[in-house]
Amino acid sequence: MTFPAPAKTLPSPAPGPAADEGLARRLRALACTAPLHDLDVRKANLAGEYGIYAMAEVALAAIDLVTLNMDFDTGADHEQIVARLLPRVAAQAPARPAAEHERVARWVLENLINVGSVDRGFRAIYGTFGPDGVYVRRDYDFKLIEEVPYGGAVYLRTTDEAVNVLVGALDTDVTSAQIAAEVKLEVLISRGRLADAQLAAEQARYRTVQYAETLRRTLDATRRNVRAVDWLQAVPDMIAEALEHVADRYRHENAILTNIRRARDEAEEPENKRRAAELVDIVKDCIRRHTQLQSRLLDAGPLFRAEQDRQAFAAPAPRTGIDLYGQLVAPILPLPVEQARRVTDAFFAAGTGLRTPVSVRVADLVEILLTPPVEREHLGAEMPEPDLIATPDDSRFSEEQLAAATQLLDLPHDAPRRLSGLLAEARRSDPDLPYLVALLAVHAASPAVGTAYRQGEERLLFAVDDGTQLDDPEFGGADLIVGTALLDAAGMAADRAEAS
Amino acid sequence: MSDHHAEHPAWSEPDTPSAPVAPATGGSVTPADAADAARLVAFGLQPKLAPARDAEYAELLRRYREEPAFGRLADAVATGLGLVVLEVSPRAGMAVAADEDSVFAVRMGDYARRTAADSADRFLHGLAHLAVAALAFPRPEDLADDGYIGRVTVNGVDAFVRQTCRRLEERAEELGENTDPASDAPGLEAAWRVYARRSATGATKDARRLAGSTTGIVGKAAAFLTDSGFLQRTGDEAGGTYRTTPRYQLQVRDMAGSSAMAELLELGVVPVSDGSATLLPPPEGDDLELAADAGLPFHA
Repeated sequence: MTFPAPAKTLPSPAPGPAADEGLARRLRALACTAPLHDLDVRKANLAGEYGIYAMAEVALAAIDLVTLNMDFDTGADHEQIVARLLPRVAAQAPARPAAEHERVARWVLENLINVGSVDRGFRAIYGTFGPDGVYVRRDYDFKLIEEVPYGGAVYLRTTDEAVNVLVGALDTDVTSAQIAAEVKLEVLISRGRLADAQLAAEQARYRTVQYAETLRRTLDATRRNVRAVDWLQAVPDMIAEALEHVADRYRHENAILTNIRRARDEAEEPENKRRAAELVDIVKDCIRRHTQLQSRLLDAGPLFRAEQDRQAFAAPAPRTGIDLYGQLVAPILPLPVEQARRVTDAFFAAGTGLRTPVSVRVADLVEILLTPPVEREHLGAEMPEPDLIATPDDSRFSEEQLAAATQLLDLPHDAPRRLSGLLAEARRSDPDLPYLVALLAVHAASPAVGTAYRQGEERLLFAVDDGTQLDDPEFGGADLIVGTALLDAAGMAADRAEAS
Repeated sequence: MSDHHAEHPAWSEPDTPSAPVAPATGGSVTPADAADAARLVAFGLQPKLAPARDAEYAELLRRYREEPAFGRLADAVATGLGLVVLEVSPRAGMAVAADEDSVFAVRMGDYARRTAADSADRFLHGLAHLAVAALAFPRPEDLADDGYIGRVTVNGVDAFVRQTCRRLEERAEELGENTDPASDAPGLEAAWRVYARRSATGATKDARRLAGSTTGIVGKAAAFLTDSGFLQRTGDEAGGTYRTTPRYQLQVRDMAGSSAMAELLELGVVPVSDGSATLLPPPEGDDLELAADAGLPFHA
């Protein structure tokens, strides 16, 4: 139904349908920002003094975070987004308790999802003049953050509308926009303008995410039905194009990475150094996303062939059935819902099967009503107590002996000793101890330098053979020089951080 | 496989008197025969019961197929109860469907309470059932081939319908149509929009599926069809995976499909088909129908 235009329809108030269409588009774009403004308006209604928080800012940050954390197949994790929002919320009101910060972050995120409504979306109403000059009020439904299922859990994704709110210019050809961003980034880095480069790199990452999202949808659709897809041309072309894109970007981003690393190492100002380090992270993330995309693309071919084997090479059936998609699903979806409902109702009535009606005796009814409901199992089955058997202690040396030997070998770094002396000293306290000392000394002949380096140890026991023969009643071989080397732990830690 | 004897009663109108129980084979019908015939129908009312697992069921099926008089008696019992016999065979058992006004029929209001008040919900629940069938039997051949077993997943059905809706949206945009419905006439909203704007899923406090979301609605349909003996649950991946049973194929082919088609024809929409699948790549050189970056060379 439409509102009839006012009786005195002399000059049409609208300049024409085309202009009105542009108006409608802008009204819809405007509507997408409404939920953000709404947050600041409604914060007054929250129990408590929340005026200090800038809700729209938190909301935009949330959309930002979800977009950046959207993975190839899943989406962003709800808790993770809340956790990352907290520093910003906390910065807005540092005096308030952390619990309140979390409450605000959750409130904003839930309102962006619009948890309260059935559709979990927003609706804006606007009016336009149709080509016949009739004024029509229309509903515009949209979502900003939507919840998607993956592997039994619920993840968050930003919608196209939200991305458009976030960065208005993103609704463009993904590939060309990406190339432009890369070139810009390279130029900025070579000129040393890191602040601008970071902005460009972040934009490039948005585009990477968008590209992955487009491909994910396509691959999903192809997996569902082999016949739905032109496997001769369209899909191989698409995959080849995407692989080329990945290879190209990978080369490009590795080059950029080398550039920024150099910029980072050469930078003297701490601010520039920090910026460059952040850039390294962003570009690394881009590369990670590309690799993920690539492995997906390589999986697509085998999946197609398997599905084709399963679906296409079956013997033809003798009679024909109804084409459920082509003759029912496809024709009803464009119909008005009022009409489409009649068809789905008919299908439902005839296609759900039968239920045997329940008839209850009054006597049973009383019992049924009085039976307490079965409690749902929250914790699962009880874990059996593990049956532990103590293993007998069959060590050659006792803990005390080890401690004594370690103490004996705890030499000052500037005074190494001969093995023969150590053995003689050990023999005085315990006849078994020389064996352990000898063992530890031989071990130290090939010290685990790499391990000590990785674990950041400060001292290392070592043993060197200088050709002297060992003169001992129980042992033979070289009389090793045993000593302790000091390691530069702080320097090693710095090196490690650099290497990773 | 299928029993031709059963084909005819399956298509007969429920209210026309079924063939008289003539003692054609010489022997007269005894109360014991009537009890057996009713027992066979009772087996048919337990759709999850497999004939191979129950010796008595299998024996009654054999009688139905070998003794025409007994067969007609069982048909008559079924008709009297308001049931339509779809097929009687070892694979599907005594496959009966509920007649429209039968006490065994499932009513939308009992199925989902919200549907009584909300016409959008009513449509979504119906569409979920239709979409499950469409993905279980994507080609006409699949529906016709008695040996075919379809496989569906809840998330797969949702994603498929969503993709189709997205294509309609893109096409409408290309044509420059404003698809936002008039505020005072929600019934005129295009059907695909109702689906598209409903969220796919949602977090709930007790980690169950949000009932009003589209995966919730499709999941409910799949679970209900499983209780009807039409689907068998095979796993939990992708929101629940299922495979079809012979009964589901019969029900969709002989009852639901034609019933929905009749309704669609009444609306004046005549989908023309030459019996081949429509989920096909487009003909050579026809790229006009493809949305710019849909990435999905569907042709519908």
